[in-house]
Amino acid sequence: MQKTFRITDEDGIHARPATALVNTANKFKDTESFAEASGKKVTLKSILGVLSLGLEQGDSLTLISEGPSAEDALNALAEVMVNEGLGELND
Amino acid sequence: MTNIKGIAASAGIAIAKAFILEHPDYTVKHTQVEDADREAARLDDALSRSRAELEDIKSRTLQELGEKKAEIFESHLLILDDPELINPVKDKIREESVAAEYALNETANQFIEMFQNMKSAYLQERAADMRDVTKRVLKHLLGLNYVSPSEISEEVIVIAEDLTPSDTAQLNRNFVKGFTTNIGGRTSHSAIMARSLEIPAVVGTQSILSSAESGDLIIVDGLEGLVFINPDEDTVAQYRDKQEQYAKQLEEWSKLRGEPTITQDGVHVELAANIGTPNDVTGVLENGGEGVGLYRTEFLYMGRDKLPSEEVQYNAYKSVLEKMQGKPVVVRTLDIGGDKELPYLDLPKEMNPFLGFRAVRLCLDRQDLFRTQLRALLRASVHGDLRIMFPMIATLGEFREAKGLLEDEKAKLAAEGIAVSDRIQLGIMVEIPSTAVMADQFAKEVDFFSIGTNDLIQYTMAADRMNERVSYLYQPYNPAILRLVKMVIDAAHKEGRWAGMCGEMAGDPVAIPLLLGLGLDEFSMSATSILPARSQISRLSEAQMQELASKALELRTAEEVVELVESTVSQ
Repeated sequence: MQKTFRITDEDGIHARPATALVNTANKFKDTESFAEASGKKVTLKSILGVLSLGLEQGDSLTLISEGPSAEDALNALAEVMVNEGLGELND
Repeated sequence: MTNIKGIAASAGIAIAKAFILEHPDYTVKHTQVEDADREAARLDDALSRSRAELEDIKSRTLQELGEKKAEIFESHLLILDDPELINPVKDKIREESVAAEYALNETANQFIEMFQNMKSAYLQERAADMRDVTKRVLKHLLGLNYVSPSEISEEVIVIAEDLTPSDTAQLNRNFVKGFTTNIGGRTSHSAIMARSLEIPAVVGTQSILSSAESGDLIIVDGLEGLVFINPDEDTVAQYRDKQEQYAKQLEEWSKLRGEPTITQDGVHVELAANIGTPNDVTGVLENGGEGVGLYRTEFLYMGRDKLPSEEVQYNAYKSVLEKMQGKPVVVRTLDIGGDKELPYLDLPKEMNPFLGFRAVRLCLDRQDLFRTQLRALLRASVHGDLRIMFPMIATLGEFREAKGLLEDEKAKLAAEGIAVSDRIQLGIMVEIPSTAVMADQFAKEVDFFSIGTNDLIQYTMAADRMNERVSYLYQPYNPAILRLVKMVIDAAHKEGRWAGMCGEMAGDPVAIPLLLGLGLDEFSMSATSILPARSQISRLSEAQMQELASKALELRTAEEVVELVESTVSQ
């Protein structure tokens, strides 16, 4: 399952929210989560991976979770996106 | 007990344990190994040591500096665990049979390069985090014994070959009680920083680094320029007394804090301070400074990967002006080049850096960066009494060109509807003999002069003050220097301008009587020198010092001048 966001933070995805995303993804051991942007897909369990997407304000980002806790993981990640002021859900 | 003589660079006495600061060599060789499992285990071990270290730094930072500053270490910890980093390193160890440090370094460099090539300036700066983490792990792999100065968490005396600007920026005043270095003089960068941080320092000891070991008890006597290694009990007791006496003396001086500086015969002179960062303003006000006579803007440009933005600069200038509450603030535009480098400007190495592409010369060439600074200054000007000066002016043409750029930016801001103060004074530093000699002509076009003696002396005597073999030619009291200073002051007064001095000489107790006699209007010095200078000047009469100065101008040597001052003025 997946959700797509539009990045609203003017610095794009920077270290602090990236840290929060990775920490959240790491909580779900049985589930793999990914971030996908401009055709590049990285594991959300890697801060370097997330930063390597080079996301900027206005970019689109899709979060994908696969595994037994996919729904919980995706919801938790979406919450980080919104709470950190990173992005808004793109319906 | 060993005692070592050096140069007294910053007053005060400090007694604490030695902390040896050495810059480790992170060079990594391409080494083939046979046992890849062993290399992988070494990597794991280095990672877990780094992790423990970072956890420790993180919790200390959290306690001392708050959550925001600690966040950076949280992301460093994540990098240590990052599968995108660790897996490729391990693969490389196994596939290429290379040492762990080599595999790590190669892989990390790919990430550093990736960040450097990113569009976003923010993400480009993440290369520095990657470098930091890599160095931490390499340190353990290479068995280097290095703790960065920012990690010091007990009272110490820092001992080093020399301190770089980034070292000094990281020193925590709560823990670093003093420092002592092998090289440097009174006017070296580290000495100037020590005075602005108000930490006792002795520099130029030549042998302290080879004589002391971490943990040795050290006394730094920044008054006499002495360092003691493992002193006996009597010496320690004696120095505790001296420390107490010095504290009393400071207490005495502190009574002059809010007072003006007035000579016996009622002449008022202005005592201002030299600063490097907005934080230094606290020290200026605590020491009763009547203004900032020199704000060195270089530090805004140092210790970073790229030029500071207009906004970063605007905030710094605004902060200084606001904190000074309407008191004058003289800002020197970027003075880089010479001994001060900015890696990201990629300037070529020069045969004679002090005679080369630096300060205003560089700014007139790199107009992009100069204009950004001028805009930031102009925008900040509405927050106080801003005065701008250009460093290293050699000809009127240079001044006119720099002024033209300033006027240009002013007009652009006006067109954008951005407010700029209409009473910004514009001056120059007088550091080059050609400018001192032509001061009468400059005085018709500038609002003020600020004499930069550190450079003026070395250019007049044609001697690099950092070169030990010719440092004897660094002679502030040489009549040649006094005559140049007189020319500048007289030229300013003739046109109704003011003349200040922001070089080391302005705070020197032997020079002060002479400068007073020559009619200097503003003395700008290290914040800690202000109260002693005020105390000294309040005991002098300008009329008598005029006599002293005119005699000094007729003498032949620096020694004769010092003798004359010492026999006339009781210190």
